[in-house]
Amino acid sequence: MMDWSPIFISMKTASLSILVTFFIGLIVAWGIVKMKNDKIKIALDSVFTLPLVLPPTVVGFFLLWIFGVRGPIGRFFIDFFAVKIAFSWYATVIAAVVMSFPLMYRSARGAFEQVDTNLLDAGRTLGMSEWKIFWKVLFANALPGIISGGILAYARGLGEFGATAMLAGNIAGQTRTLPMAVYSDVAAGNMGSAFNYVVVIVVIAFIAISIMDYIAIRQDRQWK
Amino acid sequence: MSNKLLKVNIQKELNEFDLNVDFELKNKRLGILGPSGCGKSMTLKSIAGIVDPDNGFISLTGEEETTYFDSSNKINLKPQKRNVGYLFQNYALFPNMTVEENVACGLSKEDDGKKVSEMIKRFHLEGLEKRYPRQLSGGQQQRVALARILAYSPDVILLDEPFSAMDTFLKDQLRIELLNLLRDFEGFSIMVTHNRDEAFQFCDELIVLDKGKIIAKGDTYDIFENPRKVQVARLTGCKNISEIEIIDDHHVRSLNWGVTFETAEEVSDNITHIGIRAHDFHACNREDINVFNTENSIMVEKPFEWEITLENGLWWKYDKGIYEHEFEIPKYLSVNPKNIILLED
Repeated sequence: MMDWSPIFISMKTASLSILVTFFIGLIVAWGIVKMKNDKIKIALDSVFTLPLVLPPTVVGFFLLWIFGVRGPIGRFFIDFFAVKIAFSWYATVIAAVVMSFPLMYRSARGAFEQVDTNLLDAGRTLGMSEWKIFWKVLFANALPGIISGGILAYARGLGEFGATAMLAGNIAGQTRTLPMAVYSDVAAGNMGSAFNYVVVIVVIAFIAISIMDYIAIRQDRQWK
Repeated sequence: MSNKLLKVNIQKELNEFDLNVDFELKNKRLGILGPSGCGKSMTLKSIAGIVDPDNGFISLTGEEETTYFDSSNKINLKPQKRNVGYLFQNYALFPNMTVEENVACGLSKEDDGKKVSEMIKRFHLEGLEKRYPRQLSGGQQQRVALARILAYSPDVILLDEPFSAMDTFLKDQLRIELLNLLRDFEGFSIMVTHNRDEAFQFCDELIVLDKGKIIAKGDTYDIFENPRKVQVARLTGCKNISEIEIIDDHHVRSLNWGVTFETAEEVSDNITHIGIRAHDFHACNREDINVFNTENSIMVEKPFEWEITLENGLWWKYDKGIYEHEFEIPKYLSVNPKNIILLED
């Protein structure tokens, strides 16, 4: 009998984390694009991109240091809300958000930078509000890049392993996501069960990439 | 129109030079002529509010005075509130919106339907309403951009090199369209260009800008007839410019061409150069004044003119019919002393 819980946990984790990553990624990307001071820009960009370059266990180490029972934020949550973050389901979300954030942020930033700034200025001289310019001009024209960033980030969150293992552990039914389940099953010699999970992951990844390509192609055709 | 006034007095530090532009506009159509990178676009963008000057003052007086920018009182009106239309060099149409949506984008929700169809009609865009900008020709794109600006009923229209991205045939056609449009337009228009023909055709008044400074300002005809400065002469298309040595009040010696010229105008001490327009030469006798020998000239045939380069480097242009292919260069050429343009550096 196959244990379905890793699939549900992974779905829940990936869905919530992409929601968080998507909007924070957009806002941060826009903030960086608008920033005029190059030194601060480079410094912040490095910090936001770091999780992409560092080994996931190193990121996990930092997360544990911040969110662990003795970490500043972990301690705060225990004292004020009596909630332990480390090794709970929320930890899987935090790990997924931090690890997938650079993909969303960098894609959105690249997509924003591709948009002709004259378009934004044209909107301004035509009396469009900054809010309308952001969504109807900047966001709309950067959409293909933003969507592909979002899907890459989603897939990254779904496949997150190292940082999750460090911060959330591998507790069956709680923090055991699909990649964890594959690892545990193989470690325990249950190759058949691991194979089932592998199929699920491959199918999800395949669908995600197909959607990405479909949207990109459709958008391209529409404007031509 | 008569009592409208646009005041611009701005300073901005740029990488290569400091922009310092000061003018008042009462006439309808102003041209800013200058080489690329002289601060023309920066001036236009400052008026639109897209770029903030470091210091200065910009205001528009119509029925009442609206201050766009005033550094001493910390006023900086948002571009959204200035009611200024800006025609971008690449038109800046929104690629994700149809023609209709582009034209409607600056309008509030109540009035779009009627105004948009009015503009579509006025700019001959019927049948293209549902197209995207990429599906349009360059000329159609410009019309959509103009329709979008005029739908918004601006007080001032700013045009940034409107013909730079077009082939000659299209350009000639659109020039007439735009000329008619600006003639009918009630407000001010300011066109930035490096093309003297455009400046001449479109503008009642001209400002010539070089490295961020105004080097000439005035009526378009006056500036073309009497450019006064080397850089202005060059920008208004004067082909022959030479450094000179003053001999007396009415005689100068060209250092580039090795010839002495008599001038109609009195030569003052600050004159450093002279200019001769390529069309101002005539065939003559050897005894005339300001005479050149045409030996060893190089002749190039153009559809409607001969382009002759004299041995000393002077350019002469002589009109011809398209069917004429033979031309014998007269032995001597002269320039009327009143056609010698005296210039300061």
